Amino acid sequence: MLYREAGQFKTTYAADQQLFPIRQDRVAVLALLAVAYVAVPLLAADYWFNAILIPFLVFALAAIGLNILTGYAGQLSLGSAAFMAVGAVAAYNLELRVPGLPLLVSFALAGVCAAFVGVLFGLPSLRIKGFYLAVATLAAQFFIPWLLVKVGWFSNYSASGVITAQPMAILGYVFDQPVERYLLVLTIVALLALAAKNMVRSAVGRSWMAVRDMDVAAQVIGIPIVRTKLTAFAVSSFYCGVAGALYAYAYVGTVQPEDLNLDLSFRILFMVIIGGIGSILGSFLGAAFITLLPILLEVGLHAAAGQFGLNLMPGTTSMVQLLVFGGLIIFFLIVEPYGLARLWQVTKEKLRLWPFPH
Amino acid sequence: MNTSKHAIIGLLLAAIALFAPTAQAQQAGTQFIGITGYRVGPYGANGAAFFSGFIDYLHLVNERDGGINGIRLSWEECETEYNNTKGVECYERLKTRAAAGPTAIHPMSTGITYALIDRAPADKIPLITLGYGRTDSVDGRVFPWLFPLLSNYWDAATGIVKFIAMREGGEAKLAKKKIVLLYHDSAYGKEPHPVLEAESKKLGFELRMIPVPHPGNEQQSQWLQIRQYRPDWVIVWGWGVMTATSLSTAQKMGFPRDRMVGNWWAGSEIDTEAAGDAAAGYYAASLNLAGRDFPVVREIQKHVLDKGKSQTPAKTVGSVLWNRGMAAAMMTVEAVRTGQGKFGKKPLTGEQVRWGIENLNVDAARLNQLGFGAMVPPIKVSCADHGGSGLVRFQQWDGKQWKAVSDWMSGDRALVRKMVEDSAAKYAAEKGIKPACLSS
Repeated sequence: MLYREAGQFKTTYAADQQLFPIRQDRVAVLALLAVAYVAVPLLAADYWFNAILIPFLVFALAAIGLNILTGYAGQLSLGSAAFMAVGAVAAYNLELRVPGLPLLVSFALAGVCAAFVGVLFGLPSLRIKGFYLAVATLAAQFFIPWLLVKVGWFSNYSASGVITAQPMAILGYVFDQPVERYLLVLTIVALLALAAKNMVRSAVGRSWMAVRDMDVAAQVIGIPIVRTKLTAFAVSSFYCGVAGALYAYAYVGTVQPEDLNLDLSFRILFMVIIGGIGSILGSFLGAAFITLLPILLEVGLHAAAGQFGLNLMPGTTSMVQLLVFGGLIIFFLIVEPYGLARLWQVTKEKLRLWPFPH
Repeated sequence: MNTSKHAIIGLLLAAIALFAPTAQAQQAGTQFIGITGYRVGPYGANGAAFFSGFIDYLHLVNERDGGINGIRLSWEECETEYNNTKGVECYERLKTRAAAGPTAIHPMSTGITYALIDRAPADKIPLITLGYGRTDSVDGRVFPWLFPLLSNYWDAATGIVKFIAMREGGEAKLAKKKIVLLYHDSAYGKEPHPVLEAESKKLGFELRMIPVPHPGNEQQSQWLQIRQYRPDWVIVWGWGVMTATSLSTAQKMGFPRDRMVGNWWAGSEIDTEAAGDAAAGYYAASLNLAGRDFPVVREIQKHVLDKGKSQTPAKTVGSVLWNRGMAAAMMTVEAVRTGQGKFGKKPLTGEQVRWGIENLNVDAARLNQLGFGAMVPPIKVSCADHGGSGLVRFQQWDGKQWKAVSDWMSGDRALVRKMVEDSAAKYAAEKGIKPACLSS
């Protein structure tokens, strides 16, 4: 009833091509941004920023990066965490070695460094596909953290190989309060998500999708395969690199290369699969599912145990959490193999007809 | 499709409903202790032993003494799985649980310690890293909120080198010897590198460092390298399943176990019992004595275990890590007691506890009074020295139990102190910290 586009006439091409063609969607997105920018900073406690919202946004950005590569360009990658590590280490070294470099510039350059490395590891994609490509990107996942540890220069010869991020200062203003860090991350992620959403609708994005759907056909209609695949790797790694820099500066505060391991790469891949392959919204939904659900389950189990007067061992809840989490992933994949974004799509279709479905 | 969607909505609603009553306030008027522990995963067995000891001692203080000077203790354990980002999440959760804060955090992971180094001063929460963590944090003028009590990795590494020298018949004999450091590839495993390199230069032995990736349950290629290299000694810097795997792989490769020395995290019954007969002859440094023959263990048996207050398995009681957990709890409790002497008998904030740790003095008489006897060496903390005695004692697994094979001894303390100060000064310069003692 509320969600109906009847009566919204498009009289210009610009109106027809806009990002959210339905007015209700535009209102909803603006409302969501208003909540994220105004209501959340006013209401949430530090715990929410530090442990829930900032990691959610950082991983959502990484998931967008992987979604561009895997969801839109069809190139399977298991190296996302390694590209994050490149971004984090690059940002650290830029801040350390280039005095006076603005923070946002070093984040962007960190993304560029990651993009460069991504292109390098994307080269095999010109010859191999599918699972074989996944194995080639797996090499990145093993090689990059090893290199970052092996060469002391990257961590400024830190004894333990751990990098400690410098304070985040923009124009002399230091972002050290959780809410400030959250707002900075939110702004960067929102802008990059907007850019991604637009990019996948542009000629670049359409050529990615053409290559994904059938690369021979794409080549026949004149899409340059080499350039298309490599731009996908570059853009994807750029996003992962910026996510890595934010992971280091805004979330954990330190980088231990072994934290950005294969396990994390898989988790980012799961975010994309569960959220929705080939969907920017799906990246956010998947990141929310993977980062928030374990915490939700843990807290929920404790609360439930408290209600029934059970004294749970901390280890037990962790085990139960793993079981439930695994079960839910399987459940979602069976019920909705196209991910949470598809679930949202279906809901939207139904809402248009509600309350009079035929 | 319809039922499944209802199920999804139901699940989400249930999750939200459960999420609502999270902020269970801790009982007012108690000293709340936040515990970032782990009992799951490849390091879970080790963590469980340590944290059982920790919590059993807290139970003892409540049951026998009615708390610290009448202030009862309360606590909550959060599972980190030895994972750094989970550790940060737990820390953030625990710090909101009580108005006064979580007393002091024992991260029990060098990685988590590193992730908390910047957060703890901002939140005014002291970190106690008993025998692990960032070594240069011994310099309390640069790291006022970090307390690597008892000993640290550089003391351990130099102690191990000294022990090897003793077995070889003097430091002069070490020249041209080959030593391998087989380490857990994490911040924990990398921590001893600088001091071992310095020792190798000073004493002239050849050093090769071989990483084992997390979790370390597969070491075939590392041991092939070792067999090729033919070292005289292998130093095992392991944790969790890695240590037992090192021992059994060494047996398979025919490397003598009595040429292997572990540090104190690679020297518990959990490691050797899992390796079976492969462990016989293996040496390990120890930070504390194992065994039940201490008055405090008998007290815990009487007041806590026999009363069914704790779920600790009988086998764990008196093990190396259980005793260490108990000692860690004892130092926290004594620091709070010291703090109460200055700030009054009330639940203390992190700042007040920090003062208590910095002025902690548990001498031999006090250890006897507390029933610890010789389990741990006495400890006196000061602003310049946040560490401890750095004493270490070597033990050998005879196939059934650990037997002490040396007295309490220390490594090259002068070298360690110099490296600590250099490293801390470098950190201070990088971070723009002015080294100074905090007054309160």
